[in-house]
Amino acid sequence: MHQTFDAALGINLLHANQRGADHNRAHFDQWGITCFNLMSSPGAGKTALLEKTLAALSQDLKIAVIEGDMTTELDAERLRQYGVPVMAINTGRACHLDAKMVAGGLHQLAQEYVPAEFDLVLVENVGNLVCPAEFEVGEHAKVALLSLTEGEDKPLKYPIMFQEADCLLITKLDLAPYLDIDLARIEANVRQINPDVTLIPVSTKTGEGLDCWFSWVRSQVASQTTLRLEARPLEAKPDALIASPH
Amino acid sequence: MHETDMTRALILTVKDWWDAQTEPPRIERIHLTVGKFTCVEPVSLQFSFEVQRQGTFLAETELVIEEIPLVAFCHPCQQSYEPEIGLHYACPQCQSPMEDIRSGRELKIDRLEYCTDSTPSQAYAPNI
Repeated sequence: MHQTFDAALGINLLHANQRGADHNRAHFDQWGITCFNLMSSPGAGKTALLEKTLAALSQDLKIAVIEGDMTTELDAERLRQYGVPVMAINTGRACHLDAKMVAGGLHQLAQEYVPAEFDLVLVENVGNLVCPAEFEVGEHAKVALLSLTEGEDKPLKYPIMFQEADCLLITKLDLAPYLDIDLARIEANVRQINPDVTLIPVSTKTGEGLDCWFSWVRSQVASQTTLRLEARPLEAKPDALIASPH
Repeated sequence: MHETDMTRALILTVKDWWDAQTEPPRIERIHLTVGKFTCVEPVSLQFSFEVQRQGTFLAETELVIEEIPLVAFCHPCQQSYEPEIGLHYACPQCQSPMEDIRSGRELKIDRLEYCTDSTPSQAYAPNI
């Protein structure tokens, strides 16, 4: 006799990645590290922003970078010149970093350095406005970049990325005189989807707006540290966590 | 194409359930709910599933995807509306931002239909 049964699962498709992201975040919290996930389309200026950020902040904050790139270490090499640890992750054909890949970078950091001495880990995601938005890596904040040359309509066309962002940098502000683009319209399109996002227009070429970005970074690091101190001093050693499988 | 990764996650999750049963059932259908306000394309997911299920315990299984519309709730107007994805997300009445998403972000393995009246497929591939 053919009898069909039903089993209710109700499991999120990305639950394995979510579990990995929570695991990474537990590491960051134990070590007292704040983590940002930087996302944008290719060429929006993530690496240039990181260069300026490392140059300006690495005296006061101990920073490491996890650098996601499909095939090369070109960006990682650029950033190593600033004297900070850069863990390069080649994703191969994958269009985004996931929690497991970032865990690999964290493992490397824990093997080669004392992770608890770091204040900030900056994850540079693969250039892509779609996929990275759905895959958490354990970050405390998502930072999206949109360059002026990409046009006003991108927040409408790629809404998930802009909705997920905690901070949005409008980059390449120095090109404004040469482009027929309306910054106010970009902002209006973003605010339709994410009214509370911190929006910072910058130019890494002229330095305009960068102080505002640096302040945001510092305030996030400070508030994360306060939150963690208030929350709980974890008892388990980070090494014990690293050894446990996802 | 991240749908490939998602399909792999889907198959591994269902495999966990399958392994936990006392008598391995034959899974006839997997029901997914996919919101329209996600980065997932159901056609790509179907394609990935058809490729990846071959030679596994899911070789005969059908993937049924229910798409869920994007519905937001406007608090000033006290009413729901369906934003036009790609065009306009703010409330069409008062232009308040889309803040309260009531549906459309789902990405869920909802339920399985299975039967236990046959032996498990011998084609199960150990690499899954």
